[in-house]
Amino acid sequence: MVALQATIMTLVAIGALAVALTNDLVRLVIVSSAYTLLLVILFVVLQAPDVALSMLVVGTIGYPLVLFVAIRRDRADE
Amino acid sequence: MSRRARLALFGLAAAGLAALLLWSITGLPKFGDYHGAYGKILNKAAPKERQTSNVVAAVVFDYRGFDTMGEEFILFGAVMGVAMLLRAPREDEAPVPVDSVRSDAVRAFGVSFSGATLVLGLWIVAHGYVTPGGGFQGGVILAAAFLLVWLAGSYRPYRQLTPVPIVDFAEGTGAGAYVVIGLSALLVGDAFLHNLLPYGVAGKLASGGSIPLLNWASGLEVTAAFVLLFNEFLSERAIMIEPKRRPS
Repeated sequence: MVALQATIMTLVAIGALAVALTNDLVRLVIVSSAYTLLLVILFVVLQAPDVALSMLVVGTIGYPLVLFVAIRRDRADE
Repeated sequence: MSRRARLALFGLAAAGLAALLLWSITGLPKFGDYHGAYGKILNKAAPKERQTSNVVAAVVFDYRGFDTMGEEFILFGAVMGVAMLLRAPREDEAPVPVDSVRSDAVRAFGVSFSGATLVLGLWIVAHGYVTPGGGFQGGVILAAAFLLVWLAGSYRPYRQLTPVPIVDFAEGTGAGAYVVIGLSALLVGDAFLHNLLPYGVAGKLASGGSIPLLNWASGLEVTAAFVLLFNEFLSERAIMIEPKRRPS
């Protein structure tokens, strides 16, 4: 169990770093969506399935969608 | 400040933060080592008192059902705000965005997963008080199933599936039903949101008294709220992301 927790926490740390280091906005949305998926797995590993289920859709689909539309709109205005 | 000085400052701050974090992590209680009094009481009492095998549902829809009503109306208010802001300046006869799916892989994914996601969402709502899940979790999954239709086809079938009057009506009904269920307890002389119905047997779908009703009400509200949110954002502009290189 400890090994599993250590693995997923390391992956989350790498994911967070990837989000911070991504420059391209569109790519950033995809990377942050994947990062949220890692968080979902972390919540499952830490036995919080209720939180994981909400996070699954809000973080990996809802939030990226809103960001995509915002980016698209911002670029159209330029 | 020069780049070198900034990096040195960041390095110093990062090292300090890392040291503090490591220090605090070593002082954390062991995994599962929990001393909250309420949690322990509820874990013992809820399955017997309310016949729910998911104690979280008993807390959310019963012991603190009033708080959940407030949370529902936060979501309701936020989504109404989005709709009011985005709907007003848009003309009704705005051209339908063209966003047909060009990738077969994306289309196949959407087609094969929208139905399965819908069933999963319904299952998560229906079993919210038996296994992990509930109205909110299932509701967002149901909304995602609708969004997958957009992913599989295009904007047009998605909009046909989610007509504005029906989504608006479902949103209001979900939020209102929660209050009506709460008020119905007043009619029989109990406190607002008092659990009225027979509790049934824990682990069965017929368990938890009024909890299933509140659970479905919030499931409907959350599904409609997220579909409405997706609708507003999708009609704002069809998403066609062209690769745009940053000037390097």
